[in-house]
Amino acid sequence: MKSLNKFFLDIKPYFAKGGKLEKLYPLYEATDSFLFSTTKSTRSAPHVRDAIDLKRIMITVIIALVPCTIMALWNTGYQANSALVAMGSLPAGWRGAIMQGVGIDPGSILSNIIHGSLYFFPIYIVTVVVGSIWEALFNLIRGHEFSEAFLVTSLLLPLTLPPTIPLWQVAVGVSFGVVFAKEVFGGVGKNFMNPALACRAFIYFAYPAQMSGDKIWTAVDGLSRATPLGVMAQTSSQNPIAALDITWFQAFIGTIPGSMGETSALACLLGAALLLVTGIASWRIMLSMLIGAVATTIFFNLLPEPASPLYAIPVHWHLVLGGFAFGLVFMATDPVSGAQTQAGQWMYGILIGFLSILIRVANPAYPEGVMLAILMGNVFAPLFDYFVIRANVKRRTLRHG
Amino acid sequence: MAETRKELLLRSIFKRNPIALLVLGICSALAVTGQMSTALVMAICVTLVTAFSSLTISIVRFQIPSTVRIGIQIMVIATLVIIVDQILKAFYYELSKQLSIFVGLIITNCIVMGRAEGYAMSNPPISSFIDGIANGLGYGFVLMTISFVRELFGSGTIFGIEILKLVTHDGWYVPNGMLVLPASAFFLIALLIWVIRTLDPEQQEKN
Repeated sequence: MKSLNKFFLDIKPYFAKGGKLEKLYPLYEATDSFLFSTTKSTRSAPHVRDAIDLKRIMITVIIALVPCTIMALWNTGYQANSALVAMGSLPAGWRGAIMQGVGIDPGSILSNIIHGSLYFFPIYIVTVVVGSIWEALFNLIRGHEFSEAFLVTSLLLPLTLPPTIPLWQVAVGVSFGVVFAKEVFGGVGKNFMNPALACRAFIYFAYPAQMSGDKIWTAVDGLSRATPLGVMAQTSSQNPIAALDITWFQAFIGTIPGSMGETSALACLLGAALLLVTGIASWRIMLSMLIGAVATTIFFNLLPEPASPLYAIPVHWHLVLGGFAFGLVFMATDPVSGAQTQAGQWMYGILIGFLSILIRVANPAYPEGVMLAILMGNVFAPLFDYFVIRANVKRRTLRHG
Repeated sequence: MAETRKELLLRSIFKRNPIALLVLGICSALAVTGQMSTALVMAICVTLVTAFSSLTISIVRFQIPSTVRIGIQIMVIATLVIIVDQILKAFYYELSKQLSIFVGLIITNCIVMGRAEGYAMSNPPISSFIDGIANGLGYGFVLMTISFVRELFGSGTIFGIEILKLVTHDGWYVPNGMLVLPASAFFLIALLIWVIRTLDPEQQEKN
């Protein structure tokens, strides 16, 4: 370790201003600060002494995502294994060859996790590699430093995708999201939309056949099994909950078909606990989004003549289905694209909660309304902040003349 | 005149493109660029209307009282648009149905109005006519570029001829549904502006 550190200090002059490899300084800095702690200190006042910096924040978010990721691995495998056992067949291709050695058993945690990994990790690796290439390109041209923020984006995106998504579509989506939602606005910290959601939205609109419907949520060829929200949107019965073949507890734990990381409300709760204890995510956004959703659901429940049976879905089901919990904990609370002022955060959260439920129940064409609701909230966040700041300025002018 | 006629004709295509630099005429650039054929017809219509409205207004520019000039310009433009619309309906009925309202809306296309007010009112007829053609060409250049990308990658065709064989026709290409939506033209126009301003840094706005 010492010799490695010495090596990095030795080669530093090459990358410094005027050195031979000056252009590659961002790469050097990224490797150096990834392996060791940063050697930087502020040169001018104010000298803030704080253990938490951007890197710590991002690492904490990644740790908070661990329960969701484990659940994604297990549940993707579990859904596929259960379906395969029921059909009595083996998956085709290289995954089938590996799974033949491991054995297909929905009761075995190991078999499930391995099978899930065969789907999750290719998507994850494509996201990281393609995203890093774009990130590196822009950083090197602009001389920006690399940031750990992309590690979070690249973990969030695969968790919101279905397991069967073609890898090239992931690559196209990541390219669009990283370039258009982040780099054109100046890189990390300047994006007004959540990059992971922008990637997902692009794939959703560009390739709807691979992002919605009922063929894609279980990683078995030709098997159609809709997500609970999809089932409810298609049913004609007056009580959509009765059309589901799952219990509320299953939906809470997350043993249901859906995007890989979003099914488990329990895993999201664990992540939320860590984010709230460390103070990284805003509790105001989480609480206000919850209030907005609950109030909207109750409003729809109480409507005397519901236009669609979906209006009658009770609150406790809304909270555990689809991407609501995942979006609430990890997407809406993004410190860059969310609202900054306290009053602004309340309005921002309530707007997202309201829109999520509105899109879900009033427009069955988009059963997954949370993504669009959060992107919409992102767009409005600067406006909320602006009004809050103007109101404050006005109040203070009145008070102090 | 500082510019020669050739400069006048060429400058509006790249140096002073009405869409890329002046950001005019965006609305129709989103609406008609889903297919190359509609984009081409639209570009021709706008070119003709701009050229002849600039010519007409320039001829009568000394007779127009400045208090009512906008009304007179609109009247000239509206007359020309109706003529173009009627010709399309008479000879190319299918195309005119696809373009629907957008030919009629050339009246409100800011490029036509902008050239009439900004150039034809203070320049001789021939120059105004060339300027109108040039701006139409600049508009057409952007429209054709955008619609080329949108039609090729959104539907796998160019002028309706299949280039990339679609999955639905037993081919290999999965069309990008995003490019069929008009909103995708925003991203493409943005990319085009990015490219043009990188090649020609003079067009970059100073902060």
